[in-house]
Amino acid sequence: MSDTRFPILVGWFTRRTAPAPVDDRSAAPRWIDALLLLALVAVGYGIMRAAAEWRAPLSAGAQINLSIGRLPYYAGLSTLRMTIAYIISLAFSLVYARVAAASRIAERILMPLLDILQSIPILSFMPGVVLGLAALFPGRTIGLELAAVILIFTSQAWNLAFSFHQSLITIPRELSEAAVVYRLGAWRRFTKLELPYGAIALVANSMMSWAGGWFFLMASEQFTLGDKNLRLPGLGSYLARAADVGQTTALVAGLLTLITVIVLLDQLLWRPLVAWSDRFKFEQTGAADAPQSAVLDAVMGSAATRWFSATVARPALSFLDRVLSPQHVAAETSRRGRYRVIPIALAVFAGVALVWLVAAGAWSAARVVSILTWHDWRYVLLCAGATFLRTTVALVLAAAWTIPAGVAIGMNPRLSHRIQPLVQIAASVPATAIFPILLFAMLALPGGLNLAAVGLMLLGTQWYVLFNVIAGAMAIPSDLREAAVTYHVTGWRRWKTLILPAIFPYLVTGMITATGGAWNASIVSEYVTFAGKKVSTLGLGALIAQAADTGRFPLLLAGTLVMSAIVIAGNRLVWRRLYALAESRFRLE
Amino acid sequence: MTTPVQHDHSASALLCAHNVRKVYGDDRTPVLENVSVEMRDGEFVALLGPSGSGKSTLLRIMAGLMSPSAGEVRSHDKILNGPNPDVAIVFQSFALFPWLTVLQNVELGLLAMGVPDDERRKRALKAIDLIGLDGYEEAFPKELSGGMKQRVGFARALVVEPEVLFMDEPFSALDVLTGENLRGELQELWSDRLIPTRAVLMVTHNIDEAVSLADRILVFGANPGHVRVELRGLPLDERRRKGPARAQLVDTIYRIMTNPDEDAVALAEVRTARVAVGRDARGDRAPRRYQAIPDVGIDDLTGFVQYLSGIGGRANLHELSRDLQMRADDLLAIIEATDLLGFADMQERQVFLTQVGQRFAEVDLDEEKSLFRATAIEHISLLRHIVRELETTPTHVIDAEEIVNDLERSFSGAEARRQFETVVDWGRYAELFTYDDKAGELTLDEEHRVDLHAEPFAQDRA
Repeated sequence: MSDTRFPILVGWFTRRTAPAPVDDRSAAPRWIDALLLLALVAVGYGIMRAAAEWRAPLSAGAQINLSIGRLPYYAGLSTLRMTIAYIISLAFSLVYARVAAASRIAERILMPLLDILQSIPILSFMPGVVLGLAALFPGRTIGLELAAVILIFTSQAWNLAFSFHQSLITIPRELSEAAVVYRLGAWRRFTKLELPYGAIALVANSMMSWAGGWFFLMASEQFTLGDKNLRLPGLGSYLARAADVGQTTALVAGLLTLITVIVLLDQLLWRPLVAWSDRFKFEQTGAADAPQSAVLDAVMGSAATRWFSATVARPALSFLDRVLSPQHVAAETSRRGRYRVIPIALAVFAGVALVWLVAAGAWSAARVVSILTWHDWRYVLLCAGATFLRTTVALVLAAAWTIPAGVAIGMNPRLSHRIQPLVQIAASVPATAIFPILLFAMLALPGGLNLAAVGLMLLGTQWYVLFNVIAGAMAIPSDLREAAVTYHVTGWRRWKTLILPAIFPYLVTGMITATGGAWNASIVSEYVTFAGKKVSTLGLGALIAQAADTGRFPLLLAGTLVMSAIVIAGNRLVWRRLYALAESRFRLE
Repeated sequence: MTTPVQHDHSASALLCAHNVRKVYGDDRTPVLENVSVEMRDGEFVALLGPSGSGKSTLLRIMAGLMSPSAGEVRSHDKILNGPNPDVAIVFQSFALFPWLTVLQNVELGLLAMGVPDDERRKRALKAIDLIGLDGYEEAFPKELSGGMKQRVGFARALVVEPEVLFMDEPFSALDVLTGENLRGELQELWSDRLIPTRAVLMVTHNIDEAVSLADRILVFGANPGHVRVELRGLPLDERRRKGPARAQLVDTIYRIMTNPDEDAVALAEVRTARVAVGRDARGDRAPRRYQAIPDVGIDDLTGFVQYLSGIGGRANLHELSRDLQMRADDLLAIIEATDLLGFADMQERQVFLTQVGQRFAEVDLDEEKSLFRATAIEHISLLRHIVRELETTPTHVIDAEEIVNDLERSFSGAEARRQFETVVDWGRYAELFTYDDKAGELTLDEEHRVDLHAEPFAQDRA
């Protein structure tokens, strides 16, 4: 479900030009080698510095230096944290999706579980996680670092796992049979078939995951435990501190740094990756327009890369290949037994563990929550209602501006070409980073936090809707548009008969993601610490954040459960049905 | 004159399927029922039949890609229990890995055999050379034409030197000339023993293909898939040459395939004495409640009758297949449908319109529909059943699921669904009922009530 939108987006994210001849890369200039080497040294040094930071003793409220010269250092630390979380997310996703696809039983347990996991507001659990990890490494920063990584992980992993699972179950049957007939074995099947087949979707979802990670940049670098304020050095805490003490220059400089980091990553990492992964496109004929990246061409063509590939990467891979693939499987005829035993054993084990966890969890949760009175529950529901209204307003506003804008952009290639870089940068800035500015402007107004909260939800979720609407508008076949012109279908009738039905499936896809995002955003937007003061408004997010702040665990748990239930119920009862309707009624084929 | 194919149950069978049955999921009707096939040394066997007759399923079961629901597959007298290590497959869709070069694709099969790197390369290059892919080693599949892609498929299969080569409609994704060319080359490799492969099993829907390649042809029937008859192929020198023997065999197979509900053994005997006959056609299976409706849309059906009328009301099968540029099995399905409705008849590879068919082609749309309504009600038992149900139900509405469930007693799940879709297509065109796909409901069309009792029901042909 969450995967259909990304390939379309990649196309939009990447400039498409005529493909370069295959072998003109060998002529990369020498300075690129020097640059690569320099980058390698820089990364190595950065990791060493960071490691020193991790071993440092834990001091409540680590001092954040607001001088602009410190910004590159903080940005590096934040990026490193994101990278570590991303690597863990990727590894988790590959394993999780592989296990889920291995057997039907495992799939029936693991995929709904993933759906639930992605609906749980993770911020609720942060106090517990931080507490536990801090206890695990008493007096060291590394516990906090782990907590930060875990928080970022939970914002990156789920869509990756969904995407890879989707790829695995859509591998064409004959290809899969060829892998069996030619006895590739599990490891070669994974590296030669499954990973390449899923590569494009994985790259697209990785970009999404990083955007999701940046969203929690600030939340992941500062934790409140009771009356203790714990901070990790990084760009997020820099921004938070700048907002806290009201230093506008620092705030703006921090934001610019963040945008720079995001743009650099896009140019130096994602764009090359998208261009590189194009080779894994599953198509039988060559396409005229493949994504291009000058950076990729330069890196691939450099002598250093070729040396590395020939003397390190290739031998290492073929060694792995030899070690992990059973030789002479030809002699073996009866393999079905072993084939099934492992997945089934895994599934049974996972099933038992899951049932036990769920039972134990439910039992203790029930005990904790049973303390709550009827009065408390009424309050929780009231808060849920308030947040529901807020998310609805945010979604309606998002739809109201993104539908006309997205259709205008999507149906006009020239406009789309010109606006694309701007929208891309605007979308890449995490809403939470702009939030302090929003608070700054709005908190003085009546109902200020209320407005700001809706504003944050809007900022955080409108892009999903916009991108999907653009993709939908671009997908309207030109003969349908021409037919509309020929039969003088104009104005509102054109919207009703052509545009809205055509973009409907895309709109629903965008809205599903946006709804989840809006609820999650309520936790960071309805209860804030600003300029040293705590400000809050009525809402489920505020209830959760406040309960976490003050250590009222029964209320925290109740709020979290209600929020998860609302998101899951909304997905199942509203969005999925609309999605099914869209698939059957409004699909353009 | 007819001599049954002798089944020598000695050790010479490389691979055999014995009484295989296959049921998917919780379908009530199997896709394969009681099928036995034997592959002997030096044999080229073709499995020929309409779509849905389970030939590809049988191939996959014999390759060990799926397990049979009942019965067994034996490889060298040992029961097969997992992927068959002696088999390589050439796939209909080529099944090449798009991210690997031609050479890497060909080397794929050798990886698992633990062949040293140097030798692997040497053998792959040799196979590439043998199959005529020289110069394409470093190309990616997407740069190749369909014919070249399938050559890679062949090279990948042949490089592992399989004892038995399986081919699942290997030429059907290619255009006619390319397919013919590749087929010729394959035949040369095989008959000149340029490859160490000891037997070949090919699934095809193309009669010509089967006749020009196979030593033995198994004609499959559908619902459930079963072997209707086993025919001996032509002697090598008569296979490719256009001669009377070849024409006769093609003719026989056409006749068998266009009469799915008649006894194939009898049809084969009547036609030609050269053809040896092995199996009984339908065995002792219970008769079906409804005859199987071929998968033919109303547009193709009416279009075909119009076309036939336009060229004088009769035509030769070969000419039709050529002029309409249709796959043989699609064409046969259309002819079967027109035959079923009494619009056309077939004799000696000649299709000709009946009087009703001729009228059908001439009248205007309204009358065309009413003519269709009358004949369809008379000849199609399922349509008659549905209309009767609609008439007797007080609301004149019935649930589509009921009909599909009923069909599932005679057809496999997917086939039942397909039968239903075809009958809905025909019934809507005849304005007998309307169908709401979302609600899954059939509603009687009151305007065109048919008196079901005007004449006694024609007995089902089955």
